[in-house]
Amino acid sequence: MDASTFDAKTLLDDLFDNGILFESGVDGLYGRSGTFEEVIERFEKIVLKVGGPDKATRIHFPPGMARAALEKTGYMKSFPQLAGCVHSFMGDERDHARLLGMMGRGEDWTEMQEATEVAMTPAACYPLYPTVARQGPVPAEGLLYELSSYCFRHEPSKDPARMQLFRQREYIRIGAADQVQAFQKSWMERGRRIIEELDLPCEVEVANDPFFGRTGKMMANSQRDQTLKFELLIPVTSIEKPTACLSFNNHQDHFGQSWGIRFADGNPCHSGCVGFGLERIALALFRHHGPDVEVWPAKVRHALWGA
Amino acid sequence: MIDRIRTLLAQNPMIPIDFSALSDNASLYDAGLTSFASVQMMLAIEEEFDIEFPEEKLTRRTFSSIANIAAAVSELTAESV
Repeated sequence: MDASTFDAKTLLDDLFDNGILFESGVDGLYGRSGTFEEVIERFEKIVLKVGGPDKATRIHFPPGMARAALEKTGYMKSFPQLAGCVHSFMGDERDHARLLGMMGRGEDWTEMQEATEVAMTPAACYPLYPTVARQGPVPAEGLLYELSSYCFRHEPSKDPARMQLFRQREYIRIGAADQVQAFQKSWMERGRRIIEELDLPCEVEVANDPFFGRTGKMMANSQRDQTLKFELLIPVTSIEKPTACLSFNNHQDHFGQSWGIRFADGNPCHSGCVGFGLERIALALFRHHGPDVEVWPAKVRHALWGA
Repeated sequence: MIDRIRTLLAQNPMIPIDFSALSDNASLYDAGLTSFASVQMMLAIEEEFDIEFPEEKLTRRTFSSIANIAAAVSELTAESV
């Protein structure tokens, strides 16, 4: 992997050629090598060490969530183009015969499936809000959670940094506006320190989510005007358009209002999260330090394996 | 123009704000306008005045007060005549 050429397709081919990723036949769905996974596990250990003193409650959700919860959160208003709902065959034997007939004739058989109650999790923190809402009033000192999940977003691409199924590790703060702001600020500093330890070039910039359509443009402008989202960017497939590997988000009371997450006095809570794009960080490491982890710079090896 | 905008917005159930209590220059965001509601407002105004806000107008500022909305609508309707 020549560090001077930055190109998505070339990088993807290099990753295949070096046995780091494996093709599946679908853009954005790849197998990961043992080494790739080990890099991610080691990176997660660094994050856990840095975040450990905060004593977050750890919950692991599966990569599917209640479709009703996705709807209630307003995901379809903002990101209909990214959502994925799980469909299954629910017919009888006669329907099954019809389905096989359609498949045999090469016709589109997918209409024989119906939507299940499951939607793919689009971001690690989405399943958390209904869980917190069920627990009743939020204590004055707020709440802190640590999550990790595979996430799905329908955006097929040859850019290995834009996978359809990828992992996010997140810390989520739920509490008062100033608690969420302090959390966001603290992780922007800590996140940058972690990435610099790994000898990766990075910058932190104001960002916006990929809201859908022309109305989404307004949501995006509003998000930027209020500096609610920041991203830590690392050049992975392009120097001009570096890849967001960490994001620092202030949701204000969006989830608090949607889910009725409130303090005892009835005021809705604010929330914020820091998300680590684990595959993107691993890709950045392979991109900048080469395919062979044995010859990565001593500083990087120490950060990942030394501790 | 101002009255037409006020009537239109007050009728929209997706925009839960008491416009009668607000001056033309009062901040709609301070009055509780959410991002989602501001998008609903934008769509309602486009339909009412048969205009399309260009991208550079799709900002928080354009929809921050009734006066600002009226100014943007005037600008767009004048240009399109």
